[in-house]
This record gives sequence, C-alpha cells and structure tokens, in this order.
Amino acid sequence: MLNLALDITLATVAASMVMCFLRLAAGPSLPDRILALDTLGINAIAFLVVFGMRAGSSVYFDAALLIAMMGFAGTIAFAKYLLRGDIIQ
Amino acid sequence: MLEAIESAVLLIGAFFVLVGSIGLLRLPDFLSRLHAPTKATTLGLGGLLLASMIHFSVQRGDLSLHELLVVLFLFLTAPVGAYMLAKAARHLARPIDNAPDSPTNPD
Repeated sequence: MLNLALDITLATVAASMVMCFLRLAAGPSLPDRILALDTLGINAIAFLVVFGMRAGSSVYFDAALLIAMMGFAGTIAFAKYLLRGDIIQ
Repeated sequence: MLEAIESAVLLIGAFFVLVGSIGLLRLPDFLSRLHAPTKATTLGLGGLLLASMIHFSVQRGDLSLHELLVVLFLFLTAPVGAYMLAKAARHLARPIDNAPDSPTNPD
C-alpha cells in the first residue's frame, strides 16, 4: 500500500512539474516566469523527498535542502533585479 | 497502522502540490497565480516531509529530524519570496511617469 501511495505521489508531482514548465514557457510577464521557476524548485524538492523514501535512502535530503536554499536565493535575486535593475549596489 | 497514516499524509501532500501547480497554470492574473503555489509549499511539501519523517523514524527505529530543517527553512523563506515577487509585479505594473531612481519615488 505504501509503495502504491509513493508511486501515485511521484506521478502527481511529475504532472505538477509539467504544469510549472508550461507556465514557465507561456508566462506573459517576467514575474510569472520567476514564480514558475520557484514552484518548479519546490516540486523538485517534493520529488527528491518522495524518491528518497522509495529508494530507502536519506542521501537525497541534502540535495533537497540545497535546492531549497539556492532556489530562495535565486528568487530573491531575480525579484531584486526587477525592482532595482541591479542586484548588488 | 503507521503505514496507513503515512500513506494518507503522503497523498494529502501530493494533492496540495497538484492543486498549487494547477492554480499556477490556470488562474487569470499574476497576483492570484502568486497565491496558489504558497499552498503547495506549506501544506503540500509539509505533508510530504511529515510522511518522510514518519517513514525514516519507523525504518531506523529512532527519531529522524533532519526533514524538519527543510520544513523550517521553506516556511521561513516562502513568504519572503512571495512578498518580493508581489513587490516586483507591482513595480512593473506601475505606469512609467518618472524614473525609478528619482527622489520623489524611492524604490
């Protein structure tokens, strides 16, 4: 039962990643694309966590934590660029 | 029993991740699209990481807490990121009447 739930979750998260990618490609404005990239990162964390549970290994958490940190820094940097036209002043 | 709880939490998390992405794809304007993935971050990923905590705690036989780090970090950073994106969207939607650096219009 747990394996079935893990498979369903993996399929759902993969479908979510496809939707985020569609918004990333279509997004009419620049903030839309940044938001889609941020959500793609969230979905990647979800996928890694569930994949780690399925593989029975906790190695994947380090990758998930790293994606969380880098995704946040990237989102802030992009938003800052849109606000000021400059990241570090 | 624990396996059933874990499966339920996992499926709830997957549902909210899916809802967040559907909202991102289908909602009409940027500020409503900004609202949807926040649910995917808090409830969706929160559920998945809770399921992972249960899974590895049962597997190892002792408390597995390093998922809590990811949850804590995401719960702290998700509102900040959403705030910055909303601010950037407001900034871009503003009509261009004066330069962004003029003293009458800081930021």
